[in-house]
Amino acid sequence: MSLDFLVVLGQWPMLLRGLALTALLTAVAAPVGTCLGIACAWSRVHGPAWLRAMVGAYVELVRNTPFIIQLFFIFFGLPAMGVKLSPEIASMLAMVLNLGAYACEIVRAGIESTHPGQIEAAQSLALNRWQIFTRVVLPPSLERVWPALVSQIIIVMLGSAVCGQISTEEISYAANLISSRTFRSMESYILVTLVYLGLAVLVRQVLHWAGPRFIFGP
Amino acid sequence: MVDFSLWDIVRNLLLALRWTVALSLIAFAGGGIVGLVLLIARLSKLPGAARCVALYVQVFQGTPLLMQLFLTYFGLSMLGIDTSALFAASVCLTLYASAYLTEIWRGCVLSIPRGQWEAAASLAMNFGEQLRHIVLPQAARIAIGPTVGFLIQIIKGTALASVIGFVEITKAGQMIANATYEPFLVYGCVGLMYFALCFPLSVWSRNLERKLSPRR
Repeated sequence: MSLDFLVVLGQWPMLLRGLALTALLTAVAAPVGTCLGIACAWSRVHGPAWLRAMVGAYVELVRNTPFIIQLFFIFFGLPAMGVKLSPEIASMLAMVLNLGAYACEIVRAGIESTHPGQIEAAQSLALNRWQIFTRVVLPPSLERVWPALVSQIIIVMLGSAVCGQISTEEISYAANLISSRTFRSMESYILVTLVYLGLAVLVRQVLHWAGPRFIFGP
Repeated sequence: MVDFSLWDIVRNLLLALRWTVALSLIAFAGGGIVGLVLLIARLSKLPGAARCVALYVQVFQGTPLLMQLFLTYFGLSMLGIDTSALFAASVCLTLYASAYLTEIWRGCVLSIPRGQWEAAASLAMNFGEQLRHIVLPQAARIAIGPTVGFLIQIIKGTALASVIGFVEITKAGQMIANATYEPFLVYGCVGLMYFALCFPLSVWSRNLERKLSPRR
């Protein structure tokens, strides 16, 4: 048994393109999914009963089925309904919907732990409901749950490896292709796994740095 | 094209569901045993053990399960072990589950007040006795809820074993969808079956967490 990484590294343009697409998918899915999660969390706490029920069903359905099935349903199943999506768009949609459901529960935990006195104080300052939610309730809630949210974003980023199965050309797809081209499967999987590990560390650092500065304020 | 009725689809999926359940149970049992060993290694003051276990957990939590599966599948055959997809998936999911479970359980042990350890030590108990008689019984109570919750992650994780060719419900769904040209129906059914498996567990886990967590 001998490992030869140079052959795999020789395919660097493909690795780089895969890495770029994985990063792009994450960069789009993370903010959009988080916003969806916040909107869903608001609905589950303050929304009308019918909306609460609908969001509840969405959250439970997503949280209790595997990501790969959600992806297959969107990519292979929806065309039967007349909705035809490219692999990239389908992957993005699946990631956003997946993150949205988990982020909803995480953000909701933050919202529900808001001290009622804070809301009363805001009401006494004649803020309307929108102002209270976006300025008083949401920022400290996000701050409380930020570590959990960051972990979830990383889980979704790692989960995107599955998107290669519907021929989205992200980095795990590149790994599969390189392994069948060079017959060096072990090396290409080790290399790409290390890339994911590096990405996970990097995304964690970036989000922990960016959160206090741009998301929930100083 | 073979003619499949709805019942044929559902029946075949249910037959494949057995393998999802079997693989989940193997991974859960294996992961539990390895996780417990790792937990004890981490809690004992063996030099370097804490760091090694932390690294192990980091690697499994920081890389995609899909890549872990590929690495196990190809790695085992590279080592000259004649692997079936079931064996590779069992090994991989056991390691994956052990990394998460050891971390979950460590959190539960850490939530036991330091004084309990010290009280046990002052009764002249050694490390093993402290764990067995004082700390683990209390931690186990807190751990039941999150552990049941993690079982859901394992069940969802087994879906990826389809990628290395293990015929569980996701793979069966793929094959049936290709044969019937009814992907909407088939993947809908597969999704609902996972839901039927996981949802009761997630409700149960939530109730357990509420009931068994210490009053604050």
